[in-house]
Amino acid sequence: MSSTRMPKWADVLLVPLFSLLIAFAISALVILAIGEDPVEALVIMVRGSLGSTYGWGYTLYYTTNFLLTGLAVAIAFQARLFNIGGEGQALIGGLGVALVCLFIPWPNWWTAMIAAILASAAFGALWAAIPAFLQAKRGSHIVITTIMFNFIAASVMNYMLSHVLRPPTAMDPATARFDDVLRLPRLHDILGLVGIEFSRSGPANIMLFVALLFCGLAYMLMWRTRLGFEIRAFGQSEPAAHYAGISGVKIIMVAMLISGALAGTMAVNSVMGGPQRLVLNAVEGAGFIGIAVALMGRSHPIGIIAPALLFGFLYQGGGELAIETTIPREMIIVIQALVIMFTGALDNMVRQPLEAVFLRLRRRG
Amino acid sequence: MVADVTGTGMAGAADAAPAIELRGISKAFGPVQANKDINIRVRKGTIHGIIGENGAGKSTLMSILYGFYKADSGEILIDGKPTQISDSQDAIRAGIGMVFQHFKLVENFTVLENVILGAEGNALLKPSKARARKLLTQLAADYELSVDPDAVVEDLGVGNQQRVEILKALYREANILILDEPTGVLTPAEADHLFRILQGLKEQGKTIILITHKLREIMEVTDEVSVMRRGEMVATVKTAETSPTELAELMVGRKVLLDVQKAPAQPGEVVLSARNLKVVDRHGVEKLRGIDLDIRRGEILGIAGVAGNGQSELLEVLAGMIPGTGEVTLLGKPLDLSLKRDNARTRREDSVGHVHEDRHRCGLILDFMAWENIAFGHHNAPEYQKNALLMDNHAILEDAKGKIERFDVRPPNPMLTAESFSGGNQQKIVLAREIERNPDLLLVGQPTRGVDIGAIEFIHKRLIELRDQGKAILLVSVELDEIFGLSDRIAVMFDGRIMGEREPEKTDRQELGLLMAGVTGDAA
Repeated sequence: MSSTRMPKWADVLLVPLFSLLIAFAISALVILAIGEDPVEALVIMVRGSLGSTYGWGYTLYYTTNFLLTGLAVAIAFQARLFNIGGEGQALIGGLGVALVCLFIPWPNWWTAMIAAILASAAFGALWAAIPAFLQAKRGSHIVITTIMFNFIAASVMNYMLSHVLRPPTAMDPATARFDDVLRLPRLHDILGLVGIEFSRSGPANIMLFVALLFCGLAYMLMWRTRLGFEIRAFGQSEPAAHYAGISGVKIIMVAMLISGALAGTMAVNSVMGGPQRLVLNAVEGAGFIGIAVALMGRSHPIGIIAPALLFGFLYQGGGELAIETTIPREMIIVIQALVIMFTGALDNMVRQPLEAVFLRLRRRG
Repeated sequence: MVADVTGTGMAGAADAAPAIELRGISKAFGPVQANKDINIRVRKGTIHGIIGENGAGKSTLMSILYGFYKADSGEILIDGKPTQISDSQDAIRAGIGMVFQHFKLVENFTVLENVILGAEGNALLKPSKARARKLLTQLAADYELSVDPDAVVEDLGVGNQQRVEILKALYREANILILDEPTGVLTPAEADHLFRILQGLKEQGKTIILITHKLREIMEVTDEVSVMRRGEMVATVKTAETSPTELAELMVGRKVLLDVQKAPAQPGEVVLSARNLKVVDRHGVEKLRGIDLDIRRGEILGIAGVAGNGQSELLEVLAGMIPGTGEVTLLGKPLDLSLKRDNARTRREDSVGHVHEDRHRCGLILDFMAWENIAFGHHNAPEYQKNALLMDNHAILEDAKGKIERFDVRPPNPMLTAESFSGGNQQKIVLAREIERNPDLLLVGQPTRGVDIGAIEFIHKRLIELRDQGKAILLVSVELDEIFGLSDRIAVMFDGRIMGEREPEKTDRQELGLLMAGVTGDAA
């Protein structure tokens, strides 16, 4: 109905924008309450994340994570499947990356990257396949099972890292460092080719472009192929899909496999592109932030790009905040939570007044 | 001219204050003006019909009267006194009772418990139960309103459930009873029974408002009738002084053909043949108990029956949506009823078209645009593909434009979402999709449910045309008029069986009504 009441641009731009402003306003109040200056906090965040190529290097690194996990949630949600398991799927994807990078002597970075993408996608898809199968065949609710699988994934990784993959001499639960050949080209290297100076230390790398490519491919999949048509139809109405002869089991499985694969590939960025070894909790909550990104982006493969950047900014800016002020790092989680709450859960709180405004404008006009 | 827009000139209006008077009621939902300056007077002790097409604003008006919606402007007078009705409690206090189209009963409560629910009047149930039991016995005697007070509601038939709704209203001392499309789920005999009850209530001085889209009912039971069109009250007339044709014209705003014009059928070879077709649902209930039927080229087989007697399952099993057992052949080729190999998609590829009875739930994706809905279900068709990977959206759009034009879908804009079309135009989109594929067999469920009269005419014409092109059509409808108008043969379903087959010229509503109620053969 929304499309008939409000122009599309307002639905896509104004609603998230207003939600964001409200979330920021409340965040400002919280910052005031702990005795800090919210304006100064905002300045620090912007400077720390967007004020230098160093900051951008981190912001875009996080953005890459959120693009892939956001895309994962968005694709599943097109089939009305709420995949909360991006976190676990990305963790297991990390295992795929580590195995490929540790045990196969790759000649160069790009063959390794392709292999790592394939392996992480396969591992992530596998991890999503079990809840998907349980949903498709047994009707176990995907929200419950994917949440459970996050915990199982965390435990599996804990075991693998402390008992199987940890080098005998190392103290911390992490794998050995990957071979230096496998280092992914960072923005410093890529932009250097066209003569743009970029900070050497920011971990943003070629996976940013891979993630953007995936967004484009996902758009093609959803709006130009039969499979996408069927996924969207199934998401809109299960009985209608059944009437059209679309197999629900197939759609649930395929959508969740794609979703899990995308979440898994996020690990290529955070493992190969980041610390160059698999550490405990390599995902750092990016799977959950993907949910917020998808919600804000209306589950549209292109629509999620801006929110992914926003959360990249919040993540990096929040880190700077913790360093430069007495505002604890947890504050950024509060801000993120507020953004998620207003853009996702309380969508109608903003939408309805806006619709009323447009209605009044139209009647007058 | 009998049309009297305000109804104020009605004879006899002077002798007493009307039971209900609405003055200048307006209500808008967003840009849609559902009710526009409605004036109506309902005289005490009469049955007053309100008739209008779907979306004419009947239900909105009654919802305002019952306190579900608040009118933007206007006032309500009960017995001549201005009354504020802001919720259903106010309405009940004002003596208004409502019987909804979809009953609002607690299924696993007894009749008695349902009747006192919300009007217990005491922390202990015993006294109110005793009081209700006494009243129920009395009402049963007075108005043929007999229902076993201790029966559990879910065990009752729809006719009896409806009586419970009426009893609920009477228990709350309603003087004005509003019934919204009360006969949709009833057999003709049950409907007659209901009308007898209403007559009895009227004689006791109760006022009854009957909302319906069935002209026949209006003519049979009402004293006066108000006609609504596009949110406005266009006329209030005495039933005795009007005719169905005139009412139909008032509803639509132009002349309409109520009867379907068609040449005699020229039946050809058998297209679909079913023997001992059975369907058992997920709960193990046998929905089809052995159906035998044949449909030939160039004929329409109409299935009459009260909703819920297996007609939906018959359509769905033939369309490959639900599994069944038995022998069914399509043009001589046996169908896989187990659905191990077949499904709704292969059935379409076998040239079976299916206009699902529930276009909102199944026939359309409401959030998809019209052009996407034109491809829906046929999206695997070769002409819709650009290459092995991609669909040819442009080809689909062009195809949709043609179909939308030929089926006179209004507005003719393929980029609008399906939900933004009216019921009739939505149905035309579905029909355009299914008919233009030239299926050998077309399964049609309730083709004109929730469709305005103008579109009904069009849809009926298209179905006859398809028949005349030598296609076989299986038509399921709860509207007997539609069954009579379109069918070349009529089969009546009751409780998962076909009770009998009749030729439309050699039968009548009474005979079909008995068959629909499960009374067989020669006794009729």
